[in-house]
Amino acid sequence: MRPSIILFAIVILAASVQARASDTGSVHIKNATVITISGDELENTDVVVENGIIRAIGQNLATPRNAAVVDAAGMYLMPGIIDAHSHLAITRGVNEATHPVTAEVSMYDVINPNDVGIYRALAGGVTTIHTMHGSANVIGGQGATLKLHYGADAADMRFAGAPRTIKFALGENPTRVHGQGSNVQPRTRMGVEQIVREHFDQAIEYREKRTRYEQAKALHERNPRRNPAPEPVARNIRLDVLADIIDGTILVHCHSYRSDEILMLMRVFNDYGIKNYTFQHANEAFKVAPELKANGAHTSIFADWWAYKFEVYYSTPYNAAILNRYGVVNSINSDSPEVIRHLNHEAAKTVKYGGVTHNEALRMITLNPAIQLGIDHLVGSVEVGKQADLSLWSAHPLSIYAINEMTFVDGVRRFDREADGDDQRLQVSVTETYDSMAEFEAGRHHDACMEDVWLFFGEQNSSAQHQLNSRFNGIQQLNGHLH
Amino acid sequence: MLKNIILPFILIASMHLSVYGQITEKPGFGKFALVGGTVHTITNGTIEDGTVLIHGNVIEYAGQATSFDPDYTVIDVSGRHVYPGFIDAGTRLGLIEISAIPVTVDDAELGNFNPHMKAFTAINPAAVAIPVTRVSGVTTVLSYPTSGIIPGKSTLINLYGYTPDSMAVVQDAAMHLNWPADGRRGWWDSRSDEDIRREYQRNLKQLNEYLEEAKTYHQMMEVYEADPSGKMRPTRNADMEAMRAVYRGDLPVIISVDREKDILNALEWIKSNTHIRAVLSSVAEGWRVAGQIAEAGVPVIVGPVLRTPARGYDNYQRPYQNAGLLASAGVLVAIQTSQTENVRNLPYHAGYAAAYGLDREEALKAITINPARILGVDHAIGSIEAGKTANLFVSDGDPLETMTRIDHVFIRGFNIPMVSRHTLLYQEYIERDVN
Repeated sequence: MRPSIILFAIVILAASVQARASDTGSVHIKNATVITISGDELENTDVVVENGIIRAIGQNLATPRNAAVVDAAGMYLMPGIIDAHSHLAITRGVNEATHPVTAEVSMYDVINPNDVGIYRALAGGVTTIHTMHGSANVIGGQGATLKLHYGADAADMRFAGAPRTIKFALGENPTRVHGQGSNVQPRTRMGVEQIVREHFDQAIEYREKRTRYEQAKALHERNPRRNPAPEPVARNIRLDVLADIIDGTILVHCHSYRSDEILMLMRVFNDYGIKNYTFQHANEAFKVAPELKANGAHTSIFADWWAYKFEVYYSTPYNAAILNRYGVVNSINSDSPEVIRHLNHEAAKTVKYGGVTHNEALRMITLNPAIQLGIDHLVGSVEVGKQADLSLWSAHPLSIYAINEMTFVDGVRRFDREADGDDQRLQVSVTETYDSMAEFEAGRHHDACMEDVWLFFGEQNSSAQHQLNSRFNGIQQLNGHLH
Repeated sequence: MLKNIILPFILIASMHLSVYGQITEKPGFGKFALVGGTVHTITNGTIEDGTVLIHGNVIEYAGQATSFDPDYTVIDVSGRHVYPGFIDAGTRLGLIEISAIPVTVDDAELGNFNPHMKAFTAINPAAVAIPVTRVSGVTTVLSYPTSGIIPGKSTLINLYGYTPDSMAVVQDAAMHLNWPADGRRGWWDSRSDEDIRREYQRNLKQLNEYLEEAKTYHQMMEVYEADPSGKMRPTRNADMEAMRAVYRGDLPVIISVDREKDILNALEWIKSNTHIRAVLSSVAEGWRVAGQIAEAGVPVIVGPVLRTPARGYDNYQRPYQNAGLLASAGVLVAIQTSQTENVRNLPYHAGYAAAYGLDREEALKAITINPARILGVDHAIGSIEAGKTANLFVSDGDPLETMTRIDHVFIRGFNIPMVSRHTLLYQEYIERDVN
């Protein structure tokens, strides 16, 4: 690319970011059909947003000063879509696969706010994502709940007030990576259970010792003559995080597929008093829906992906309908930079397979994932007082013909189809030559959660690469090598 | 406006609860009359309040007749829609059971030039994904091999039958060619620009030399077969022999290619290989060169539609718009999923293309009559017409809409039980014993 073009691009990018900065998040959306999720569908209804907060919902409302007006007659307004399982903004840095437990690492430390996938997600009506560590380890890193403030910096992407989360993983991935790949436990689902228990026990012991030490140290500092200096207990961030899980300040999101491993983790969590957790993927959750309900466990699943590996062979797209019937709080997620662009379509599949209601289907991509991320008091429905994360559609969002026209995050219009230009990148590499390079990501045939792992395990990587080169000899889905 | 009424899910074949995992219900076969529905023939418009008569394997009649012999089993489809079975012109269904388990993966033979490999041979009629796919209204798929430069021949199969022989519309439907890429294959491709260029030229040279050899072999055999007297019989060579179908014009060559530059290279190559019936497939960047593809008169099998844009700076809508932009330029367009277990989503790939610019009727053609035309089987499948194979389905609405349900599926005249592992698991677990 010529320098003059790059300079031009930077000027354009700076200008568009500037424009967004001047948007104070006040907007008056008129005459929409409002899908509130928490209540009724309201026809010919206005929604007034001031400074990023929904102030009023009703008819013939007055336009506040400085608020933009959007005529939404014939269109459908719904809450911004929330994806409880994404790896956007951390592409190619998903797995710290070096140990079966790496609770100390956090996705917040590796957020790339310039990932163009964020813009593509906004174009699909998504406003919040939960971007997670991969599934190479039994206890992986901490997740990041992000508002899609595309164009802001990494700190401004952070969803203020969202609780901390962490990724766990059961089944084939951790047993393959560690047991099969490195010859350390776990090699089996038996081993996975004991890894969790051993580390929880260590964390409890550590926290007791560390707390006792800190108390003794405080006493010593107050009165060194009466209280001798205690023997120091070093801080251990990994065990600190695990202790916080047991204390209930970190929400667990657990990659899982088979019903037996789901039951195992619920037993373990009951033993350690852990509540408020979500099983991710959970293709066999439908087999243990009553048990999930009894334990108050949540699920976050694919609409219909299956058969890409053995532990998803006995799947059914009726999973969501069965979970819904038993009252399990369930969400539909993407785990994919492609699928995140049409989660409304994925939600519609739950109506086809098992007949959940339209509202229940849309709840699975709005309020339910908000509950699972602990942010349902802030977003997930169109209600007065909530943050104005909204998407506006040309038709009912469960229709395949529905096109997202606008996406608002905190009242700021982050996507507007009418004003949509071609190049939405915020970061242009001078070395990348796009004319000779292209990437294609088409849905799910693999574990996005296992990204990078085979790069870590050099041997498998080279054979995977060889297989890929010989199989596709071109640019069919590059996914095949990630199994 | 969408219907807000949720149709209650009908528990079909509840007697199968006791035989979990097995589909034991036999399809009906004989004479069926589908009466009262809106018949979307695709090739001859729409028939309101129509009648479709099925006799044996074929459609006997499609029209508005209200009287027919009493020995037809009447299926009242009033308020419903009748469509020809959808055709996915690019899948690996039947060749792969579980993609992560290599021993269940039969789409990729070793070697760069394998024209003698037949996907037909490796089709598993009992693949679990087959019933899962057909109850969605996709009745016919092209399953293709994938490895090397010439991976072999695809097979066109109907998704009902106990043997590949009974399933096949055409045993060998097309020869496949993975166009040598003149570019990086992805972010993980660390080759230098020079290496990429060199490898492309080497692959292209290999391809051209291989074809030259095959052509010579074909000509030699022609000469010998025309008059064997006094000549020594040339040594038979299995892969060269397989290429003869291409030179005789019996098989189209489906060229899988995505990048703009590669498509142009392929079009140039097609121009100098006029004896080959070329079809382009995948064509992620087809929209960039739609005019050139139209000018070359080469049909395309686009897809998957649901994929991310090829380049970071591309508009987010381009993959959705690709099929529409190609059709507008005058290209004959079919749509493929390129998938295995998710072939049932074919109507949604067409649906997204329709939402983003492809005329809705054209979107339907792209998964019915157009793939039939491209594969030279439009006399047999792809529309509802008397004399054609009875591949059709009945839906409660627009089949490109996600929420639409499929009520009946006929494949080769067989009234297919609306059962798959997925419905059986639903039936078993929706009312599970808790203890």
